[in-house]
Amino acid sequence: MLEFQLDEEQKMLTDAIHRYSTEMVRKVFRDADEEGRIPAEVIQAGWEMGVLATSLPEAYGGFGDYSAVTQVLAAEAFGWGDLATALAVMTPNLVAIPVLLAGTEAQKEAHLPLFAEENPPKVTAALTEPRIQYDPRRLQTTAVLDHDHYVLNGRKTYVPLAAEAETFLIYANEDGQTQAFFVAAGTNGLTVGERDKLMGIKGLPTYKLSLENVRIPAENRLGGAAGSDFETLLNHSRLAQGALAVGLTQASFEYARDYAKQRVQFGEPIAQRQSIAFMLAEMAIDVESARMLVWEAAWLLDQGQDATHEITVMKHFIDEMAVRVADQGLQTLGGYGYIREYPMELWLRNARGFATFDGVAMV
Amino acid sequence: MISFEIPEKLQQETKMAEMVAAQVMRPKSRYLDEHEHERPSDFINIMWPVIKEQYKKQLAGLQNGNGSQPKREGPNWAVLRFVLLIEMLSWGDTGQYLCMPGGGLGGSAVEAVGTPEQKVRFFSRFAEGNEPSWGSMAITEPDAGSDNSSMRTTAVLDPATNEWIINGEKIFITSGSLSLKESDGFCVVWATVDPTAGRKGIKSFVVEGRTPGVEVSHGLDKLGIRASDTVILSFRDVRVPYENLLGSPEVREKSTKGFAGAMQTFDASRPAVAASAMGIARAALEFTKQKLVEDGIVLDYTKPRHELTAVERDVLNMEAQYKTAWLLTLKAAAAIAHGQGNRLEASMCKAHAGTAVTRITQKSVELLGPLGYSRELLAEKWMRDAKINDIYEGTRQINLLIVARSILGYSRRELK
Repeated sequence: MLEFQLDEEQKMLTDAIHRYSTEMVRKVFRDADEEGRIPAEVIQAGWEMGVLATSLPEAYGGFGDYSAVTQVLAAEAFGWGDLATALAVMTPNLVAIPVLLAGTEAQKEAHLPLFAEENPPKVTAALTEPRIQYDPRRLQTTAVLDHDHYVLNGRKTYVPLAAEAETFLIYANEDGQTQAFFVAAGTNGLTVGERDKLMGIKGLPTYKLSLENVRIPAENRLGGAAGSDFETLLNHSRLAQGALAVGLTQASFEYARDYAKQRVQFGEPIAQRQSIAFMLAEMAIDVESARMLVWEAAWLLDQGQDATHEITVMKHFIDEMAVRVADQGLQTLGGYGYIREYPMELWLRNARGFATFDGVAMV
Repeated sequence: MISFEIPEKLQQETKMAEMVAAQVMRPKSRYLDEHEHERPSDFINIMWPVIKEQYKKQLAGLQNGNGSQPKREGPNWAVLRFVLLIEMLSWGDTGQYLCMPGGGLGGSAVEAVGTPEQKVRFFSRFAEGNEPSWGSMAITEPDAGSDNSSMRTTAVLDPATNEWIINGEKIFITSGSLSLKESDGFCVVWATVDPTAGRKGIKSFVVEGRTPGVEVSHGLDKLGIRASDTVILSFRDVRVPYENLLGSPEVREKSTKGFAGAMQTFDASRPAVAASAMGIARAALEFTKQKLVEDGIVLDYTKPRHELTAVERDVLNMEAQYKTAWLLTLKAAAAIAHGQGNRLEASMCKAHAGTAVTRITQKSVELLGPLGYSRELLAEKWMRDAKINDIYEGTRQINLLIVARSILGYSRRELK
């Protein structure tokens, strides 16, 4: 019945991730952004939170069951720490969740046990294409069936951790439908190109990918003969993005609030001026609004209901909310907000990414 | 646990409210908008027996438990029930819903600060009697709006008769005429017993219908919610018994408990106003989408960002504003159900919903073109009705102030 309290397990999990975010992630995230790399031990520690392992059934080596609500709570806590680190920690989800939702029995048995291991498996996914009119439902990358093989052709971008990936889940247009295909690193015709140079999430290396007549066995299609329903995968991915945006904007709101209380101008803290206080109130309402949209959609999915419409509305809202709140957060700090010594400009750059990371490219 | 599930029983009750909204309220919507000071008698007559039943149950509970509320197990869904009912009735017609018989905001005040004896005394009129009656609440004065602690209406005790003598003027009183002039209802009037004592001097008094000395103005002419009875009340040496001062002895002493009681009623009434706003918003949104589709305009939200039409983007924005405001309203109601404080949530949902419905209905009039602006349809009326939600039960700005104080941990003095 209508209730908005985390249960004990969810509280323990989110508390643990917050601790990890405070003690490890927030110590390195600025340097990671400047240097373009996140320390391996930070990603490893994030992985050891075991969010994915506890979402996989025991039959496949996991320790629990998938719950969209728990996933979004975890994603929010990771997003609060740092978006680039969160995306790095969650990169294995790009393969694990689609396999869990749409994989054949053989694919589940082959892939899922990897996600319960001590180290994150070297896997990634490729969806986004390098063009303005990119549409995840009408990809230009093609998959054509040639007897018992698929032949893939096209170009991809924003492929996280591609340089070290051993397995790629590559999305392509097959007769007008978006389908996903497993491609092993080193397959003929698959080339990992140069690293993307992005506005934000700079700690996370993402790459361009080219596919030239890449031939793979027909059973490498996600879901095998039945294929997969792209809308389902898209929904789960967008939900994760929504949760990350809530975490990021919560961080920006908290920082701006605390700053405004200690920054004295005209003899009193600027938070005592309505122009600042109201901006903070609007930020708080925006973040809480986004959180409720994300929670509701996740809850609907856990009830086995279709949430496509809710998720579409949610994604539309969070894309704009994230930039709005991050911008107001920066504005609260005035000149300091623009200085790289403070996190506000980093959060604004990262927040702008949500409208771009559409679909299962990033989480 | 996180759950968005509305209890089954409440869902069924909402379905029944939907019939009243669709079959009784909507057909009279335009007529009552254009005949401003007529009463929505169909709606009043159909609701009166329902209200009577509710109050009968409530009074039985009060009397069986020697005046104390029966012990409850599990969540108390009263506010959620109210929120769902109001959303649905406002979807029907907000002006009419505001004329619902029963205690209204006055009832909420009695509920929040009244003694068990007072509850029985003031509520029994809603459980008995053939004629409907109303409750109302009078806080706002011509010169004391958001700053209601500066009110000037006074209550002076006459030791000779042990009566309070009330003098002053109150404005924007919803159901003021219905409660004081047109029925044996009551109005909870806020007045100061000591103008030098600020908030500590402010207490609430029950003035019963047809008490001598109460002058009820003609209804105020408004932008919208025209079916709602909104008046100015003048009190000239109005005498009420000592026992009509609401609350326990400690409230009657020099403390801010009386004033805090008024503020406490907002914790439930702000989600209720937000719910009312969302009823109008849903009506406008459903109607807009339906008309667009009838006109052959396809709404496909699944397209990528760069392919969305301006109309699709507008409708998506409307849906997002509607959805977020509604979910915040449910959150504020759920907090009460689970016995948690909800002042922050109540102000958040009210601030957001009032503005959301204002924007949604204005956009609806725009999107519907010549049909939107036409008085032959209801879109323009909903836009006019909607705006009140950004104003009453605390303007958007007052609610933002409360949200800001809450998130910053500031007192009234620290954040003015």
